[in-house]
Amino acid sequence: MSQSALHPAADQATRLLGLWDLMLWVCAGMYVLVIAFLAWAIWRRRRAAYLIEPEVMVSDPGLERALGGWAVLIVVGLIVLTTASFLTDRALATPGERPLKIKVTGQQWWWRVEYQDGPVERWVETANEIRLPLGRPAEIELASDDVIHSFWIPNLAGKTDLIPGRTNRMAITPRRAGRFRGQCAEFCGFQHAHMALDVTVEPEAAFEAWRARQLAPAAAPADPQRAYGQQVFQAKACAMCHAIAGTQAGSRNGPDLTHVASRRTLAAGALPYSKGALAGWIANPQALKPGTNMPAVRLSADEQAALVAYLDGLK
Amino acid sequence: MSSPCRVRAERLLALLLAAAVLAGCEREKRHIGPSGPEAAPVIQTTPFVPGGAQPLPKDPRAEFYENNAFEVAQGARLFRWYNCSGCHSNGGGGMGPALIDDQWIYGSEIEQIYGTIQQGRPNGMPSFRDKATEEQIWQLAAYVRSLAGKNSQVASSRSDAMAGIPPRNQASPADAGKETPPKRLR
Repeated sequence: MSQSALHPAADQATRLLGLWDLMLWVCAGMYVLVIAFLAWAIWRRRRAAYLIEPEVMVSDPGLERALGGWAVLIVVGLIVLTTASFLTDRALATPGERPLKIKVTGQQWWWRVEYQDGPVERWVETANEIRLPLGRPAEIELASDDVIHSFWIPNLAGKTDLIPGRTNRMAITPRRAGRFRGQCAEFCGFQHAHMALDVTVEPEAAFEAWRARQLAPAAAPADPQRAYGQQVFQAKACAMCHAIAGTQAGSRNGPDLTHVASRRTLAAGALPYSKGALAGWIANPQALKPGTNMPAVRLSADEQAALVAYLDGLK
Repeated sequence: MSSPCRVRAERLLALLLAAAVLAGCEREKRHIGPSGPEAAPVIQTTPFVPGGAQPLPKDPRAEFYENNAFEVAQGARLFRWYNCSGCHSNGGGGMGPALIDDQWIYGSEIEQIYGTIQQGRPNGMPSFRDKATEEQIWQLAAYVRSLAGKNSQVASSRSDAMAGIPPRNQASPADAGKETPPKRLR
């Protein structure tokens, strides 16, 4: 999994990298010139010290020409950088054709991801993971539920803040398939570091297959242990914050768990998904992600095993 | 330039400021990690018992939650999450009784409010016994008391909703320490 702004996989990140490269070379060229002139001046003064006191030249045509040229160089360099920055910004703000609408809401300390594309019965909600079809621009709406967060997938685009009471927008047009890591880039509390996003760019057919699976409500548990687990989920504090489509649990305080076992991470990238990690997370979330809003709910061993079996079956 | 008297006054001021800042450290101390050992909750809704008036038994956990700004703020979050406002509005009352006054049908001590939330009460108050952890119920109870100005020294300085007391940074010094403020925010 990659997290690097120097290996762009989307149009926006490629543009930003181009601007970054230009700034690097322009600034590096100016730096080399300054250092070269400085070195030459020092060397010339040392050589001159052996000779007689040089005559002070009130008007040195050579020096005047050099200073004039230097001023021109600075003005041209700044104009090039400003123009390039303006053009890049404009390109980033231009939405593409047939955009895929996604709403991302930052919460302490996870991401709510809603695909609001097409008719409302095709909308899909997930958490801490984003899947994008290759080549199709995504229009991402950014909001926050509590404090300021910042949405950053370095391989795909630059940072954009999520601000309470305000909606920001950004576009991403992925050009290379792969898995990328996103990260909250604005300090937002205890678990800011454990607020990651699992981003997958895949061909459109694979994306549509994933969306069709996410659209399905959770399958009713077949075996008695999982059925008991569902009862535990409803009867205990779980249902106070989490939703599972197809059941009575519908709270939107915490992440939607309809297909929790199909995700690759738990708790916003804090743990790779496995049945054992899920059990540990439920048993003592405060030990794995101190300060998280998920409380440790007291469960008997039977209840806990049934609950984990139930959730692990939500593929 | 400065007289010795002024230097002394400045030193005293610096010392007082430092003391005030240090005193604030405990106000928002955060307890992170699994809840401590749970004592059996002591809940009594009324001091009216056979054998004459008796003081209400105190719960050893009450003080921690009541005097901690972080726990009160967590209670404010849970008040929103668990839809307490569905009946109590933002404390002003609706279908359910108001919480910003200091008249409580089932008792105003934090232990009694804990009991009300945990057990439920007739005519609509549901029981949160299994739906919220004990820690969360304590946080809610502490927050509900702060709505009525009962533990105003840890009340949030920025109120997102209607509250029975002005935010701390807007309260006049005359209000400090008063249990029932003369002025109510609407």
